[in-house]
Amino acid sequence: MGLLDRLKQRLTRTREALSDSISGVFRGGREIDQELLQNLEEALYTADLGPLASQLVAEIERRHKRGELKGEEDVRACLREQLLGRLDPGGEPLLTASGPTVFLIVGVNGSGKTTSIAKIAHRYTQAGKKVLLGAGDTFRAAAADQLEIWAERNGADIVRQHKTGADPAAVAFDALQAGVARGSDVILIDTAGRLHTQTNLMEELAKVRRVISKVLPEAPHHTLLVLDGTNGQNAIQQARLFTQTVEVSGALVAKLDGTARGGAVFAIQEDLGLPIHFVGTGEDLQDLEVFDPGTFVDAIVGSPAHTQS
Amino acid sequence: MFETLTKRLTGSFSLLRGRRELTSDNIQEGLKEVRTALMEADVHFQVARDFTSRVETRALGDQRMQGVEASEQFIHAVHQELVQLMGPEDASITFAAPGPTVVLMAGLQGAGKTTTCAKLAVHLRETRHSKVLMVAADVKRPAAVEQLRVLGRQTDTPVFHAEGKAPPEVCRLGVAEARRTGADLVILDTAGRLHVDDEMMAEVAEIAALTQPDAQILVADAMTGQDAVRSAEAFNQKLALTGVILTKLDGDARGGAALSIKQVTGAPILFVGTGEKVDDLDAFSADRMAGRILGMGDVVGLVDQAQKNIDEGEAQASFEKLVMGTFTLQDMFSMLGMVRKLGPMKKVMGMMPGMGQLADMDVDERQFDRLEALFHSMTPRERLRPQTLDVARRRRVARGAGQPLGAVNDLMKRYQQMGKAMKKLGKLGLGSKIGGKDKRAALAGLSGGGQMMDPSLGRGGGLMGGLGGLMGGAGAGPGGAMPPGMGDMDPASLMGGANAMGSSATRQSGKDAAKKRKEKAKAKARRKNRRKK
Repeated sequence: MGLLDRLKQRLTRTREALSDSISGVFRGGREIDQELLQNLEEALYTADLGPLASQLVAEIERRHKRGELKGEEDVRACLREQLLGRLDPGGEPLLTASGPTVFLIVGVNGSGKTTSIAKIAHRYTQAGKKVLLGAGDTFRAAAADQLEIWAERNGADIVRQHKTGADPAAVAFDALQAGVARGSDVILIDTAGRLHTQTNLMEELAKVRRVISKVLPEAPHHTLLVLDGTNGQNAIQQARLFTQTVEVSGALVAKLDGTARGGAVFAIQEDLGLPIHFVGTGEDLQDLEVFDPGTFVDAIVGSPAHTQS
Repeated sequence: MFETLTKRLTGSFSLLRGRRELTSDNIQEGLKEVRTALMEADVHFQVARDFTSRVETRALGDQRMQGVEASEQFIHAVHQELVQLMGPEDASITFAAPGPTVVLMAGLQGAGKTTTCAKLAVHLRETRHSKVLMVAADVKRPAAVEQLRVLGRQTDTPVFHAEGKAPPEVCRLGVAEARRTGADLVILDTAGRLHVDDEMMAEVAEIAALTQPDAQILVADAMTGQDAVRSAEAFNQKLALTGVILTKLDGDARGGAALSIKQVTGAPILFVGTGEKVDDLDAFSADRMAGRILGMGDVVGLVDQAQKNIDEGEAQASFEKLVMGTFTLQDMFSMLGMVRKLGPMKKVMGMMPGMGQLADMDVDERQFDRLEALFHSMTPRERLRPQTLDVARRRRVARGAGQPLGAVNDLMKRYQQMGKAMKKLGKLGLGSKIGGKDKRAALAGLSGGGQMMDPSLGRGGGLMGGLGGLMGGAGAGPGGAMPPGMGDMDPASLMGGANAMGSSATRQSGKDAAKKRKEKAKAKARRKNRRKK
């Protein structure tokens, strides 16, 4: 199976589940009435859109009263337009012209940081870049081993400590120095997962960031927050607190290959203006896509062309 | 904007406050708020809808109470329904008669299965004296086997793995190994898998078929959104779940997923993960969870915590001193130590009644480090005889702790207020006849060994009174109370204290905000007391 087929298959899985509910609302060519609007709101809620679901439906009701919306397609178009208007195309993070581009990867426990790093590393090694990984997760058992295996599979360098409980800032420092010395193009610094409410651990992260910028004043060039796509409204709070502590510059939404929709990113964009760079769509190294607002929104509202596939 | 369920519910209750009776009209607004709140807390919409209609029936139905304010009746109905929906609680793992008992752990990627395996192993060894074997059957994620091995070394639990074998075979061999070594409990750690991945779901079903687990547990992330329903349903179809463990509940997620998962699987929630350490696994309690959601705090959890971490004799001595009026800086110091043993202050505060709304407040743990530094900078004699601390000595203490003189003065002021409040309470309890059972209970709590109640409860309760004082202001003033010993806690003084101590990043700062909060919390405490009587 070709890469494109596989990609399409994965995205369709998400899309089918998503568009099912919206299409289901209209099944049987229903009129736009109160009951339908309520069903629509609920369908949107299941995409983890939160309070935005009610806002969207209110807008649809308003436009319907003005006679602008006739049927399913109009409603779909209206939703699409509104959702798209709320998303910034994040695009791929830019690499610096010279010297290493440093990524600091942060997020709560189990959001998918280490796997995402492996995928990003893969992306850049495939593009002919020299990649170095810094095993900054010195807390979780065998986290560095996990990263080392990924480094081997990717042909990337790795800087790690062999004892657990080492200072993550020291690992980051060593990684940056090694990266500069070896002429790496991309340095990816892993960090231990931490809940955004743990003040001490968040401070530790701020220290990692400070130490990084001591080696290279303009680094980290990108501080990527890895969000678990299956998380609900709590993702917003995560984004808020991580941004407060380590000036997150962009997000990666992982685990979008299931039935979860990651609708919380709308609120995150509105609140923090945080661009979404990548989405994770599977367990393999290639399963990383540059975030595309169109595809993302289509996945939520569905479109007849796609739902038939 | 993100609002916790507690905040929302508090809002909806205030709408009903002051009205005498619930009618199908005036209840609607409250129900709508409850539904919105549940949905913002990531409860699945369908579950939220069912829930509100059940609350409506209950609130308007035959449980209608005379002479109770509408808002209270409504809260009662919401609380009861929540408890019912999330129960039964404390369902423990049933052990197979001829061992070994096999426990299968499954879930999505990143839910926390491997960590939870180790936590469960430690828990069951401590409570059931089980001889545990963990089986590493996650061959998919790199180093997952190694991770479990490391956790096994940390917790002195043997880990089994068969290199190069497929997961079902690894598990089968693991159970055989347990039989051979005489382990009476086997925990199977499986790879994280997506509920729509047919191949992987078939694999976990095969593991179950081969090993015939006595418990099939879904490990689920408390932060999960609406998708929780879908994944839990899929796992339940494949595995016929016997229980659920909810992880990462130490964050600020309200755990709406718990309701959803419970509802769709019907499987009881056995445990909740509340931290990164291997002993951060608590038994699930529906009542506690409901109380937490409703802003009543997690007092039981706090007492549990206190029991685990605090030396009873030490606590009792300290509280006797408190009440007898020979309270010194040394006592305050050891009390601070005890409170800190309970865990991060933020976690402690989140468990306290009426403090739920403050859960997203920033507590700067370093302010407690600074306090401790001040104590350390004093001589033992100074700590025992605080009145000897004149300006010159205070200056020295400040210099020794690397802090301004004002910090020492603040500490002294707080010490005096605390002493005064405790004395007042002591007098009240020892001298006058107190009518209210609550008041006596409150005192029993403070003295640490009252006969009115379980001494352990008293310990926790008194401690909280102490915490109020520690954190600033007259935390402990007499008053009948909801949970024994907690009655005199004025949550607002805690807040005020936190601010006064220079918590750097509180969202609302300044005196006005503190005052407002204080008034609000006081009013709330009054209402609670009334409800209790």
